[in-house]
Amino acid sequence: MVAVLITVTTTHQPATDLGYLLVKHPDRVHSFTVPTGTAYVVYPEASAERCTAALLLDTDPLALSGGRGRSGRGTGSTTPDDFTLGQYVNDRPYAASSLLSSALSIVFRSALRGASKDRPELAATPIPLELRVPALRCRGGADLAIRLFAPMGWTVTATGIPLDPEHPSWGDSRYVDLTLTGTLRLADALNHVYVLLPVLDDAKHYWVAPDEIDKLLRAGAGWLAEHPERGLITRRYLAHRRALAGTALTRLAELRLADEPAGADSVVEATDGGADEDAGLPATVVRQPLAALRRAAVLEALRSCGATRVLDLGCGGGALLTDLVRDRRYTEIVGTDVSSRTLDLAQRRLRLDRLPTRQRDRIKLWQSALTYRDDRLRGFDAAVLMEVVEHLDPPRLPALEAAVFGHARPETVIVTTPNVEYNVRYPGLPAGTFRHRDHRFEWTRAEFADWTAAVAAGHDYTVAISGVGDEDPEVGAATQLAVFTRSTAGAAAHPTAPPAPAEPAPATPAEPAPAVAVAVAVEEEI
Amino acid sequence: MATLDIPELALVALVGISGSGKSTFARTHFGPTQVLSSDTFRGMVADDENDQSASADAFDVLHYVAGKRLRAGRLTVVDATNLQQHARAGLVTVAREHDVLPVAIVLDVPEPQCWERTRNRSDRTFGRPVLGRMQRDLRRSVGRLEREGFRKVHVLRGVEEIEAAEIRYEKLYNDRRELTGPFDIIGDVHGCRAELEALLLRLGWTLHRDEAGRPVNAIHPQGRTAVFVGDLVDRGPDSPGVLRLVMGMVAAGTALCVPGNHEQKLLRKLRGRNVTVSHGLAETLTQLDAEEPDFVAEIAAFVDGLVSHYVLDGGRLVVAHAGLKAEYQGRASGRVRAFALFGETTGETDEYGLPVRYPWARDYRGSAMVVYGHTPTPAPEWINNTICIDTGCVFGGTLTALRYPDRELVSVPAAKEYYPPVRPLLAEPDRAAGSPSAAERGDFGLDLRDVTGRRHIDYGYGTLTVPAENAAAALEVMSRFAVDPRWLPWLPPTMAPCSTATVEGFLEHPAQAFEDYRSAGVDRVVCEEKHMGSRAVVLVCRDGTGARRFGPGDGVVYTRTGRPFFGGEQDRALLDRVRAAATASGLWAELDSDWLLLDCELLPWSAKAGGLIREQYAAVGAAGRAALPAVLELLDRADGRALPVGELRHRMARRHADLVRYTEAYRGYVRPTDGLDGVTLAPFAVLASEGATHAARDHGWHLALADRLRAADPELFTPTRRRVVDLADAGATAEATDWWLELTGSGGEGMVVKPYAGLAARDARGRLLQPGVKCRGREYLRIIYGPEYAEPDQLAVLRDRSLGRKRGLALREHGLGLAALDRLAEGAPLWRRHELVFAILANESEPVDPRL
Repeated sequence: MVAVLITVTTTHQPATDLGYLLVKHPDRVHSFTVPTGTAYVVYPEASAERCTAALLLDTDPLALSGGRGRSGRGTGSTTPDDFTLGQYVNDRPYAASSLLSSALSIVFRSALRGASKDRPELAATPIPLELRVPALRCRGGADLAIRLFAPMGWTVTATGIPLDPEHPSWGDSRYVDLTLTGTLRLADALNHVYVLLPVLDDAKHYWVAPDEIDKLLRAGAGWLAEHPERGLITRRYLAHRRALAGTALTRLAELRLADEPAGADSVVEATDGGADEDAGLPATVVRQPLAALRRAAVLEALRSCGATRVLDLGCGGGALLTDLVRDRRYTEIVGTDVSSRTLDLAQRRLRLDRLPTRQRDRIKLWQSALTYRDDRLRGFDAAVLMEVVEHLDPPRLPALEAAVFGHARPETVIVTTPNVEYNVRYPGLPAGTFRHRDHRFEWTRAEFADWTAAVAAGHDYTVAISGVGDEDPEVGAATQLAVFTRSTAGAAAHPTAPPAPAEPAPATPAEPAPAVAVAVAVEEEI
Repeated sequence: MATLDIPELALVALVGISGSGKSTFARTHFGPTQVLSSDTFRGMVADDENDQSASADAFDVLHYVAGKRLRAGRLTVVDATNLQQHARAGLVTVAREHDVLPVAIVLDVPEPQCWERTRNRSDRTFGRPVLGRMQRDLRRSVGRLEREGFRKVHVLRGVEEIEAAEIRYEKLYNDRRELTGPFDIIGDVHGCRAELEALLLRLGWTLHRDEAGRPVNAIHPQGRTAVFVGDLVDRGPDSPGVLRLVMGMVAAGTALCVPGNHEQKLLRKLRGRNVTVSHGLAETLTQLDAEEPDFVAEIAAFVDGLVSHYVLDGGRLVVAHAGLKAEYQGRASGRVRAFALFGETTGETDEYGLPVRYPWARDYRGSAMVVYGHTPTPAPEWINNTICIDTGCVFGGTLTALRYPDRELVSVPAAKEYYPPVRPLLAEPDRAAGSPSAAERGDFGLDLRDVTGRRHIDYGYGTLTVPAENAAAALEVMSRFAVDPRWLPWLPPTMAPCSTATVEGFLEHPAQAFEDYRSAGVDRVVCEEKHMGSRAVVLVCRDGTGARRFGPGDGVVYTRTGRPFFGGEQDRALLDRVRAAATASGLWAELDSDWLLLDCELLPWSAKAGGLIREQYAAVGAAGRAALPAVLELLDRADGRALPVGELRHRMARRHADLVRYTEAYRGYVRPTDGLDGVTLAPFAVLASEGATHAARDHGWHLALADRLRAADPELFTPTRRRVVDLADAGATAEATDWWLELTGSGGEGMVVKPYAGLAARDARGRLLQPGVKCRGREYLRIIYGPEYAEPDQLAVLRDRSLGRKRGLALREHGLGLAALDRLAEGAPLWRRHELVFAILANESEPVDPRL
């Protein structure tokens, strides 16, 4: 198919010694079969003054799409219109990425190790180098490329590439034309790009296995442990698999010589608005566990109403369920979610398969949708709708009300939802935006009060409202909490909403990290 | 010769000692699958038919199987000794659980004969004392059977009688499936004789009167049958007069009548039972005092003979006073009768002290229409194929009839309020202004069970099984992203491409599209320009009145997966424009509808998919534009060094050219828009309007309506360029091919070829045809298959593509969509429509090559 490209130039004299270091003769065209296609090494110039080696990767489209027969309009896909054609029309053939990186590791294997049979001293010597990647996919922009390469002594030039010259208003693409100049050992230079190309690309083409940790640490020897962005590098390189990233960071910490302040690893990435909720917040902000406060408040409300059989409607990854399972007073716990993938996640998180039978029998996970009546949900003491209603389009709320308050009719219903007035207290949250991409609305305190009052009146409940998090004198608490009590339940006293634990400001909108990132993909309309 | 009468649906317990010939009897009179033998079940669970220690488990399974059969309405015979009370009690319980009648057939054979038979069987090992004990059990049992709950007990004494016996099946009293109507079903009369007369006259009946001028019969000239839903009596001015007329009609065979709770109570009073005289019974009793005792006795006999409910018209219609849930229909038991008379209550009482009724109709999923009364309602409304036609005549409301099968409601007003209602008939103040429909209240009651799990659907155009995992995926999409199901009557089916082209250099070509339809026996097709936009379904109401059918609102615009198109103001602005154009072009009146369902394409693609175009398509172009010139440049320099890179450079140059063409292809989909400015809509089918699906109309009709919309608002609507082609006419197909080449050559996406006869076109064997096949342009396909797909080596691989799955999927989704439109037209309950729309979405989870 087409080529992705990196060039390596040196002006160390005689420059043609580059051929010895790379173990590729400058006067020949070399080709290699690699798993994703064919790699070529060609020297467009090779004089004593200046020598350039180019690595081209000619990718095989079938190898990339995983073969011809495979396809899949969304089996297991939770987003309605996500773009499955991306498998066939994508930038992999053109842009430098992990594909190029792995080709590099095959073609320049010994150079990466710093070994050279013919020029061992040269291999160990810093030489003037210029590396160029004309089309580098760079998530985080040119800025990030500079932050990643500069600490190792590179002079970085990263020029943005426009998306489409015919549509200047579209601005730059996510690609940059990257040139690195500096005086470094060739092996170090190659290791830097070997690790950092996929990190900048941030979309690995193969499954990240645990042995990637070893590869990362090997290639990062001598520079990664000291790198100020090692947290981001490690996380991205290990493709956001937290468990792996955690292991790698620990091992890195062991390698680190100097003591550094705790929390230095919590680098905030300049994301392009992905799932990272805290995008744009200053890195120094210590994350306040609003999510934990919210869970505590919900648990307190559950305890005050004396419920033992409880529903967690829209349980997501199971954060609240974990707390409920620990408390023996709850004899029957049911978590429901509309996403079966999310339920799988909750199942793993709760380690249900490892619980003893009697414990396991207390908890069930069911797929259910709150816009449909579900007979299984009838007859419970209490139901929790924690940060759920705001994920429904307002016209669908009556269906939820009918299903929960009209049909399931537990004695107590606990609802939490963001207080939109409080959003001005989040410096990183642009005005007018919601705390989560999938929020269909966020209510003021007055709006929430109106809604809860109407629901209570319409379904024969009484309601008490309180806040979670510190109570700001102007804008109230970050989270609103309502406890509905069924009027015919016989319970005379309405459990008052629990006082929110006092906490210092400011809190950040610690949305329970969407277990499966709620991908609201661009809509495919073909 | 003994003739044993057995209800068609019953649980028959054979009772007899070992060796009495039960199994032989069962074999002689019943089918092998109807007979459940305890021996068989013992063998099943214990590998030994005589292992008495396995009896408990064996009967567990037997009861379970019996339950499954009875639930499905199948006669079931239990071949066991059934000599002990506890064993029989288990069977009576199973029968009652499924509301069927338990029947006992006792085979009483003298012990010596039984011993003879038992001794000759190698597999029976017990001794004669056991048999003697059994015989004693039998003697004790026979007299008790009726008390134990067996509704019929047949005792056959001696071998001869047993051998001569014959089974005769009798229908249940409620089974009148042979009556096909047409019916006039009449709501609660409550002594309002004058209104009943007026209603019958309105319905075209002729009244017959006695010498005193009292109506005693009525006959309809077209032979219609009246069906009274009960509560003829109490509260109103002339209960005896109503009874006289209805009894006369029933006797003459022009009417059927089911009892109401008021008749039931009246009968108890007439029988001298101690009942509280309330709820208008006093009025009836006073009126009856003036009647002849003979007539009062006739009334008692009449009421006593009433059957709790009727199943009519082949099972398509059920009439019961308070309604009847599906599992009780055609069944007989105390609780079936109680439900039919009183309905189901929650056990709570409302603020007026009246019992709160459980809304069984909301959960109703049966196929039979249920017509009932009992609960006065200001205006009858359909809930899941059920309707309550008690419109509170005696409380000053109206007396209502439902004409079946026309589903037409006919009412006459009450002359006055004869009796003050306990609970105001118009319970809510705003109801007077026009009561909200069920759809408006949001109480439309979709149940999770209507859509989830592995579901088998017979949709009239075929059957399909929706795998549970597909339903699970669709549930998330439907619940989190789609518009309200009430406003989602249909989803566009996926469309297959034409067969893979054999024309050199093409993957798709009109020649194959024409050939596909020619070989399916189609002689005329329409080629419609494939618009370069996004699918948009527009459900637009003339005004807020459309809300009566769909719920609050006046329209929606949604995508092919049911999401709001733009969401919010922009959709509303678009609907306003469409509504105005429909008004200007006179479509409301012409289609006699206050809503329209339009299948459209909304342009440009960038209006909806701008992000996708930029982030996916343009990005690929940008990467290629950055990489390829750099590659070519360095290869030129390598070439200058006399390195052998010529072939590689040539390849790269071609790829660069492909990338440039690809870039041109996606750029065709970009047009500046600002809100609705620059957005255009290309309708190509008017799918449905009130009471009608237009799937059977030809595409000429559809496109003509689309043209009229365009004439009304040329700024918003964009025309669909098309060619109607007779496939036998070589000149016409050649002309259409040239047209396609021209369209696609200037950046067009291609065309869709459809049978001219319309959406519901079928082939000669009556099978649905593909409603259309797409024939996409050579350049357009670069953004589907990749910039370089047309390179000979790649094209050769791609030509191997297999279309079978895609075609099957397209046809299934199409059939589901047609059925959804049919059900919309016939006013089917929401769940019946939603299950089909949901199934279309679930089908979209099928793994099919997305490039097709």
